[in-house]
Amino acid sequence: MRISRPIVAALLALALAACGSGAEPAASSSEIKVGLLHSLSGTMAISEVTVRDAELLAIEEINKAGGVLGKKLVPVVEDGASDWPTFAEKATKLIRQDKVATVFGGWTSASRKAMLPVFERYKALLWYPVQYEGLESSPYIFYTGATTNQQIIPGLDYLKEQGKKKLFLVGSDYVFPRTANKIIKAYAAANGMEILGEEYTPLGHTEYSTLVNKVVQAKPDAVFNTLNGDSNVAFFKQLKSAGATAEAMPVLSVSIAEEEVTGIGVDNIAGHPVAWNYYQTTETPANEAFVKAYKAKYGANKVTSDPMEAGYNAVYLWAEAVKKAGSTDVAAVKKAAPGIALERPEGLVIIDGENQHMYKTARIGIIQPDGLIKQVWDSGKPIKPDPYLKGYPWAAGLAAGQ
Amino acid sequence: MAAFLNQLPIGLSIGAVLLLIALGLTFTFGQMGVINMAHGEFIMAGAYTAYLMGGLLPALPVAFLVAGVMGLILERAAIRHFYGRPLDTLLLTWGVSLVLQQLARDLFGAPNVQVPAPSWLAGGVGILPYNRLFIMGLAVAGVVAVWVYLTRTGLGRRTQAVVQNRQLAATSGIDTGRVDMLTFFIGSGLAGVAGVALTLIGPVGPALGTYYIVDAFLVVVAGGLGQLRGAVLAAVALGLLNSYAEFWSDASLAKVIVFAVIIAFLQVRPQGMFVLRSRVLT
Repeated sequence: MRISRPIVAALLALALAACGSGAEPAASSSEIKVGLLHSLSGTMAISEVTVRDAELLAIEEINKAGGVLGKKLVPVVEDGASDWPTFAEKATKLIRQDKVATVFGGWTSASRKAMLPVFERYKALLWYPVQYEGLESSPYIFYTGATTNQQIIPGLDYLKEQGKKKLFLVGSDYVFPRTANKIIKAYAAANGMEILGEEYTPLGHTEYSTLVNKVVQAKPDAVFNTLNGDSNVAFFKQLKSAGATAEAMPVLSVSIAEEEVTGIGVDNIAGHPVAWNYYQTTETPANEAFVKAYKAKYGANKVTSDPMEAGYNAVYLWAEAVKKAGSTDVAAVKKAAPGIALERPEGLVIIDGENQHMYKTARIGIIQPDGLIKQVWDSGKPIKPDPYLKGYPWAAGLAAGQ
Repeated sequence: MAAFLNQLPIGLSIGAVLLLIALGLTFTFGQMGVINMAHGEFIMAGAYTAYLMGGLLPALPVAFLVAGVMGLILERAAIRHFYGRPLDTLLLTWGVSLVLQQLARDLFGAPNVQVPAPSWLAGGVGILPYNRLFIMGLAVAGVVAVWVYLTRTGLGRRTQAVVQNRQLAATSGIDTGRVDMLTFFIGSGLAGVAGVALTLIGPVGPALGTYYIVDAFLVVVAGGLGQLRGAVLAAVALGLLNSYAEFWSDASLAKVIVFAVIIAFLQVRPQGMFVLRSRVLT
């Protein structure tokens, strides 16, 4: 008998919530509770459910290998419901009521910004698995996705190398695209590139004919796309039917990974470049094992993507820090974490002690007709995270403007 | 200038999309006064029908049936017990819409699925791709079919009679329960047809319905309840307004402008562009 995963997760969450609110909430000495807080419903569920799945896989693998400090990890799954206040509320519940050792969660920057004050107030730990706009470094968050100098700037470097001088910026109307575009404009000004237009659409927007008209009429060399979620499907379908091609006008995306390609339709997006740190096709021994284990657990037709890998890594990095600290105490884990280096599916990942981001290798890939992404460029070695872009003279003033 | 001229056909094509998603609602909301928040999920059901059938044209009639039957079940099982209680109906159907979204997520998975567009819809004329022209054609066909049904068939005339005066229609021997069933079946079925067409331009996922439901209600309210010509006019007007507002500003501001215009318009004409004259309502 097969019961679908969301139902099992919901039952599990209910059961655990019931336990927690009952008698003594303190975990038994043979278990460590960890919270998983992602949108399992609403517009972001499409992406976040897969990260939750990858994190559950990591927990299962760690438990099979004997757990952490001889204890089993027990996931407490909560639904952020694509609603930012809900994220803050559920984070409080995980910390106060379930007394989890750490939380893995979030996707949109809005959800992270909503959770940040909660984790700082209760001095608890959040592991955030998605590439984001930078200009942040909370002492209670570990950022396992890329910051701007590991994704957006390499993406711009790639476009520059390809001789693309005129860019059009398209993004969803919230904090990540707006901040990303500020950085892109500063980069363009310093590198002799021209920004022909900058357009934002509300999250969940599906009518792109006007925007496509504006883009096509402006005749840019390339489009830098920071749209998020389902809007990408509408944008690429309508761009393609307007006759735009990846050869004449490549659209570089920073929020489209393997998981999203199927929904957009390979026909509509094949040939366009994306910027990430990991692809399912990345050739490392750790990735071979990850892809195999993920497909074995969730189905052969499933794909792995960058945020999933970052979520999967987060669990391992936290476990490693706990082992090193000899305790799940937040202060001890934070103290033990800097310098931890693990061979992960994306290659070597090192926790930076200064800003709690990761050293990561940047990779540009082209979407293939089979739906996978083929790497065409990489940074060669892990790039030091620089969320405030202190190492880039042209970016001076961006951080101050925040 | 070219870009400016392009916005005219673009506006008309946005209008066609609005009309298509609102056509079913002119039946259930307009004719029957049922605020059906699950209308968007019937659109979603149509889109997933196209996904399961793997083709556009054969999916059109099947989606009509699938969504129509879903609407019929909803009407018989729940809504008919709530006639005359619009707020309760709103809550009820909103709950149903959440259940249907989760059902789709469990059946088809959270990620979007892909419905391949037929090859004969690749390409286009000028700024308008063939798939947009197809949607415009479908919207026109839908309007004509609904008009013929309402004015040229016995069933349609009975529907109008029930809308104008339920008690009088009942005493004249019309089985109003059966008319309600049929009206809900057709209204929901039209949502299914819209869902098939939307696979050409938008995402196909569990949340699909939520992207269109508000726009659909806007068209019906602005056009006047139960008014076919009102819905047509409102859809085209809103499409053009949207197109030019977004052209001169941006997508977020265009939404604000459209809402502001509708609010202002409803101040002047609270019942929309056209008003149904009926003794029951006056």
